[in-house]
Amino acid sequence: MRFVQNFPFFSIILSMFAGIVSSVLPSRAAKWVNTVLIVTVGILSVVLLAYLTGTGEPFVYWMGHFPAPWGNEIRAGVLEAGMALFFCVIMLLSMAGGRKKLIGEVEYSKHSLYYIMVDLLLSSLLALVYTNDLFTAYVFVEINTISACGLIMIRQNGRTIEAAVRYMIMSLLGSGLFLMGLCTLYDLTGHLLMSNIRESVVQLMEQGAYAVPLTVTIGLISAGLAIKSALYPFHTWLPDAYGYSTVSSAAMLSSLVSKGYIFLLIKIIYRVIGFEVFARSRIIDVLFVFGVLGMIFGSVSAIRENDIRRMIAFSSVAQIGYIYMGIGLGTQIGMTASIFHILSHAATKSLLFIAAIGLTDVSRGSRRFIDLTGAGYRHRMAGVAFTVGSLSMVGVPMFSGFVSKLLFAEASVGHVYKMLPAVVALAVSTILNAIYFMKTVIRIYVPERRMDREIITVRKEPVYAAVLVCFILLNIALGMLSQPVVEWIGSGLDMFG
Amino acid sequence: MKRKNNAFFRWFYGETDTMLGKVEIRPQRKEPFGEGKAGELLADHQTLRERIYDGKDNGKLWFFDRIYRVAALFFCLALIFILLVNVSWLPPSGEASNPANNEVPARYIESGLQETGAVNIVTGMILDYRAFDTFGESNVLFIATAAVLILMRLDPEKKARVRKGIPVYKKPEDELTVAQAQANDRLYEPKNDVILQRVAGFLVPVIVIFGIYVILNGHLSPGGGFSGGAIIGAGLILYLNAFGFEKTERFFTEKTYKWVCFASLTFYCLVKSYSFFTGANHLESGIPLGTPGAILSSGLILPLNICVGLVVACTMYAFYALFRKGGF
Repeated sequence: MRFVQNFPFFSIILSMFAGIVSSVLPSRAAKWVNTVLIVTVGILSVVLLAYLTGTGEPFVYWMGHFPAPWGNEIRAGVLEAGMALFFCVIMLLSMAGGRKKLIGEVEYSKHSLYYIMVDLLLSSLLALVYTNDLFTAYVFVEINTISACGLIMIRQNGRTIEAAVRYMIMSLLGSGLFLMGLCTLYDLTGHLLMSNIRESVVQLMEQGAYAVPLTVTIGLISAGLAIKSALYPFHTWLPDAYGYSTVSSAAMLSSLVSKGYIFLLIKIIYRVIGFEVFARSRIIDVLFVFGVLGMIFGSVSAIRENDIRRMIAFSSVAQIGYIYMGIGLGTQIGMTASIFHILSHAATKSLLFIAAIGLTDVSRGSRRFIDLTGAGYRHRMAGVAFTVGSLSMVGVPMFSGFVSKLLFAEASVGHVYKMLPAVVALAVSTILNAIYFMKTVIRIYVPERRMDREIITVRKEPVYAAVLVCFILLNIALGMLSQPVVEWIGSGLDMFG
Repeated sequence: MKRKNNAFFRWFYGETDTMLGKVEIRPQRKEPFGEGKAGELLADHQTLRERIYDGKDNGKLWFFDRIYRVAALFFCLALIFILLVNVSWLPPSGEASNPANNEVPARYIESGLQETGAVNIVTGMILDYRAFDTFGESNVLFIATAAVLILMRLDPEKKARVRKGIPVYKKPEDELTVAQAQANDRLYEPKNDVILQRVAGFLVPVIVIFGIYVILNGHLSPGGGFSGGAIIGAGLILYLNAFGFEKTERFFTEKTYKWVCFASLTFYCLVKSYSFFTGANHLESGIPLGTPGAILSSGLILPLNICVGLVVACTMYAFYALFRKGGF
């Protein structure tokens, strides 16, 4: 066994260990531990990705002295390694971009607790990405849920506590459904390891046995993870949780936490249920319908919103709808589009959240549109970044959002029943996106006569500006160099099989 | 008749009160906020409710309220129905031919003793075969305590921080101070309840010793870190209830909690990392399994059980203390 194959295990255990160590460190040290951790895990993932691209073969890794169905096991392919790297990049940028707000909004004595939450969130995301065992996935889903709650309520005011309670209730309902699905699956197959369940499911399908419980299981698992990732009718926890929490939390919740669950669902579809079985079940149509509804209604809610942070939050509902619509198409190319949109939305949404903070800072902290007039002149960097994010969300060429919309449109063409609703929903949703994002961009570039507001230049906040530049570059890179990314996703999905 | 001069008769004839000076005695409060204020609050509450759920003038709300209830009922019944139908299709429980009776439990049962050295197969499963999941579970407890700390912990140095000019988000006036929380803690409970103290003095050592036994024998008999830790935690909470924070703070403060949790989780993390690393790279770990059945046997299971037990006990006690007065 090559040494580099230890890296997934190192990444997970390092982030858990960092969380444990942070509990006794002062907050300054905890901050450095957190930064060093994210960078280290990122570097490990780069090396792993390079190694896996070279060999082209996924590998499994025993967690202990016992082989797979008896002991725990993790597994790494190119898609997993790339996702881990991407999560690290987004997390690093979100933490750096929101650091100033964190100091302003969170009690000093609770900063080290915040870093514990972030470290363990990273560990749970990595474990969800790398795990090859359904029960391990469940354990880390729990860690993910609790740390997300902590991220929401670290800024302690009435709205965030309420949002955290709401998130907790919805999220635990999701966990419960997921756990029930997992139990049924164990009862039917006698395994918790993904590859073994897959073999048993194939056998069951050949014999035609247990068709009803298998369908119910697929339904329970999909519904559970859909609730946790805020698919349209289950999105009620989202606007408050993203809108009022401190900005790095909002960025990480929207771009990492919900994406971790979606990635787990994709992994379950490919590696546990089997893509064909899933595509033949009716559950996939339900996901498709809710995805399409989410694309429209999420955008409608965003248009009606008068608070910039909540507007961005509602836009997330629409974008999650896109991802589920792609999964619901039930084709390989639809799945590729969904995974690309996971990346593109994560890169764009965290950019928007962090840029919006700059805009509200120069408007006396107000988040209402009327007060944001001319904010783009007062904080030029944030204005440019917000515009880039908006253009990307609307789907203007050169930015990442365009590529994902193109991929979705390509994927839906050729599908017998779902082509028309998917294409219509894409068109309508794009127009709605344009309405609310362009409205905001125009608003922040309307000249303002009153010049008594604070002006923030790049020199005043160099780290913040650097973070925004990184995000913009990431966005443009995803938009311009989409071909290698799409090929990488394709080869990663092949490795799942 | 000569009056017998012992404590019982003195108490019987009303000469002394044995409880005097040992129990805090005070008249029961009728209204926690005074007579008038409670009524006012109640009326406020009533008007607030009527305004918020104003069904008469807000037709939409009234309609939504009805729809919401009906829909909730419908969805719950539908979910129950689906799950019941699902269960009826599952393999019947207890059949030998069930899919769950495959090679996985067979190996656990047949060679669990040789491979892990633990007589208790369940402990062998959770702390050796699937130790990674268990490490995740202990981290769930750890992060749950951290979340409760975020929510409930009061900062004892808040005023000092304000003076030093370190930014605080919530002003000290808006938050309960530690002293207030301490006062509130004793609002509805008498101090030094003799009956409770006597019973606790007798029970707590027994409970804690039993908890330690359950942890140490986790690999030999039913039990283990989680159950033993819960027993010790319950004993500590009973002790706290009987004797108050002044006594428990002598041996258990926030610092103790922090370092005990840190030490046990770090030990677990390092030791298991070594074990995972050697296992995955097919190296010998060199940890002796010992004779099955002896107390010092089964390799790493015993120390890991102790770690898990310490984490669970501390977590339970910390939850109780935090919810009670926002600190230890």
